[in-house]
Amino acid sequence: MGKDRSTRGRGTASILPNGGAFGWRSALALRFHTQEELRGFSRKTFSFVLLSIAILTLLGADSGPARVNDLGHRMMCVCGCNQILLECNHVGCSYSDRMRTELVAAVDRGENDDMTLQWFIQKYGTTVIAAPTDKGFNRVAWIVPYLVLVLGIVLTAFIVRAWKSRPLLAHAGVPQPAPSADIDRLREQARRETDL
Amino acid sequence: MSQIGSFALILALALAGYSFFFGLISLWLKGPVAERLGETARRAGVATFGVIFLAALVLVICAFSNDFSIAYIYHHSNRDLPAPYKFATLWSGQEGSLLFWSLLLSAYGFVLRLRYKTDPRLFAYASVVIAAVQIFFLLLLNFAAHPFALMQGALPDDGTGLNPLLQYPEMVIHPPMLYLGYVGFTVPFAFALGALAMRYPGEKWIHITRRWTMVTWGFLTCGIFLGMHWAYSVLGWGGYWGWDPVENASLMPWLTGTAFLHSVMMQEKRGMLKTWNMWLIFSTFMLSIFGTMLTRSGLVSSVHAFAQSSIGDWFVVFLVIIFVVCLGLYLQNHKHLRSEHKLESLISRESSFLFNNLLFLVACFTILWGTLFPKISEWVQGTKVTVGPPFFNRVNIPVALLLLLLTALGPLLAWRRTSWESLKRNFKTPALGALAIGILLVAFGMRPWQDQSYFYSLMAIMLSVMVALTVISEFVRGGRVIAGHTGQGLFPSMLQLTRRNTRRYGGYLVHFGVIVIVIGFAGSAFNQDAEKEMAFGDKLSIGQYTLVCNSYTEDDNPNYGSQWAVMDVFKNGKKLATMTPERRFYKASQQTSTIVANRSTLAEDLYVVYEGQNQDTGRPIIKVHLNPLVMWIWIGVWIVIAGTVVAMIPNEQAVAARVVATARVVRAEPVGAGD
Repeated sequence: MGKDRSTRGRGTASILPNGGAFGWRSALALRFHTQEELRGFSRKTFSFVLLSIAILTLLGADSGPARVNDLGHRMMCVCGCNQILLECNHVGCSYSDRMRTELVAAVDRGENDDMTLQWFIQKYGTTVIAAPTDKGFNRVAWIVPYLVLVLGIVLTAFIVRAWKSRPLLAHAGVPQPAPSADIDRLREQARRETDL
Repeated sequence: MSQIGSFALILALALAGYSFFFGLISLWLKGPVAERLGETARRAGVATFGVIFLAALVLVICAFSNDFSIAYIYHHSNRDLPAPYKFATLWSGQEGSLLFWSLLLSAYGFVLRLRYKTDPRLFAYASVVIAAVQIFFLLLLNFAAHPFALMQGALPDDGTGLNPLLQYPEMVIHPPMLYLGYVGFTVPFAFALGALAMRYPGEKWIHITRRWTMVTWGFLTCGIFLGMHWAYSVLGWGGYWGWDPVENASLMPWLTGTAFLHSVMMQEKRGMLKTWNMWLIFSTFMLSIFGTMLTRSGLVSSVHAFAQSSIGDWFVVFLVIIFVVCLGLYLQNHKHLRSEHKLESLISRESSFLFNNLLFLVACFTILWGTLFPKISEWVQGTKVTVGPPFFNRVNIPVALLLLLLTALGPLLAWRRTSWESLKRNFKTPALGALAIGILLVAFGMRPWQDQSYFYSLMAIMLSVMVALTVISEFVRGGRVIAGHTGQGLFPSMLQLTRRNTRRYGGYLVHFGVIVIVIGFAGSAFNQDAEKEMAFGDKLSIGQYTLVCNSYTEDDNPNYGSQWAVMDVFKNGKKLATMTPERRFYKASQQTSTIVANRSTLAEDLYVVYEGQNQDTGRPIIKVHLNPLVMWIWIGVWIVIAGTVVAMIPNEQAVAARVVATARVVRAEPVGAGD
């Protein structure tokens, strides 16, 4: 057994980057002889994951009240209270009671989410939807924050890289850092003595 | 009385003007004349506080004496308003709140100008900047939003009263806290601008402003959470944060201020991020002003906003001036801000601060973007859209989770560089602990794959556990070392450790408070609610609770009439309590307000709202929310405040060193020097 396992490991080393390293790559390397076998396994795993997601999605498909709850939290009450439709707590609010009834009716008719929301937009205007839709210019609202995050990460990485290679400021009054070896020795000493 | 108030405001403007112009001239000139002129400018600044205080006092006296000849008092008070709320009249409307802003700014300026001996020149610069900001608010008060404007025509017999939503004990302290936070950021801004203008050598100005910044941050934190608690207790929709533009306005400077409190450590310890810190504090101040504008200009619609008015233009001009001045001074002096050290490794405390700052700023930008997008959409496509909680939650929760991950990692990273081995060794326990909690929660029925909110909730709890374990391990590790040296027990050692480095361990306490708050937030994924028209004896069930309507009753006082329901609460068949949700009708303003009955435990809040009566059937409507873990939010806030206070206490060794130095100075003085 021991011999067999080590042969498998050597045999797959060429198809995996860092094949000789420990960890999940090594574990996979022990399992498969060839690249085809590994691909086959990947396809099966991918299909299994997809199937699982589909089953879970179907299992979790919203029932009527759950859909009303979900859609009702994606719309605003239009009475001017700036509250989510299902959270509007104005007794006698001329809008929220009627809108809730209309929402229940739309869900009972079997209309899908898009149709229901479109119906409300037609009747109450675009401001009835609690978040920008994923269409036209409104898409910009969603894209920009993620774009800023990605650009920010890239920029920060760039800054880190640039700062690693830039020269130090040398002017009077600013003590220059001690040689790295000294710093490491002093730091180790400080850590040993205080460990704080 | 109104004439005294008006005169005080004009005098305050003159004094602030003097403090600014002659302070500026004294900085430009040199020699004894400049010193004397600077001293008069400083004293004028000190006097500004006295005069603005007089104006504010006059307004409060007018509220107490029911002087309805003053329009502001007529619109925000009435004869039967209880005394604490008459006092709160000062900040409950546009003009009064601007006067309050000005008063707090002058109070900060007063303290700053009294402590000028710490560093006279830097304080003189800061004093000039504060005077300039003061001038803006006094111009507004004198010419655009006069709090002592008189009523036209016949004098009314009674006022229209204070907004009912504001008649709640927390509203007496929430706005002052928030304003102390907003206004307080003027002080670090003033020091930063002054330091930039005078090319201040070294990082001493950062040390001077650190405590100011922390006090301000602490006030803003208190203000934000008091506002959340007020919203939770009064608005009656079962939540505490609605991503309303005015809530967002308070969160934005808090985010940049928090980023500043972190990144400033890099400047102090490593002489890095000087430009970044400068712009962070500039941005924080500008966001404070922007938030003040947002509340008042009618730029965006909000349930909190004051009436729409033209003062938004004043704020826009002021913001442009601030930006131009900051940019001009930066361009003139940016060479002075060059970094003294270079970054040595990606895995270091420095880079964790960089990424921490990035995430804070992305969160801030996202909130700003979402708040302004309705307006942008209106300009671009001619139609307004709503940007509400679904948007903010979807884009901000992932950023917040990343921040939590950094909070867990950051303390484990050393300055300059950390080895992978060291990181893995220190991170193993927190990571395994978090994983164990995650598995346990799933085993006990949490299903993160069923709903996105469940997934976020699970991640938030796991990451919070990770942060908690990191914080605990930091305390225990340090405590053990001290215990080894001194032979004390672990707990006294940890206490001593905290006293030795209050800033670091106070900061860890703040982190711990934050994760307790996050755990409270995570509970919101499992909120439930139920609503029912309930007659006597009717039952309503939610979770393990059953509410039985016992009776309805009414009361009346000069300020408001009230109706409330008396509900018996049972849990698993056993009676727990009687709850009395209330609905009030305020006579002067002819408006209604809810007073929620809330039974709060560590596990969950049973939150009962008496919504009123169905107009068709005449039957009372009761809405019940079951909100898990909410109490942890308020507990977390107390921990954050405690941590902030600890971080502001001077280190034990520093105090001891100062005492020794003072003793040396005393010993060195010649005999009879004190005679």
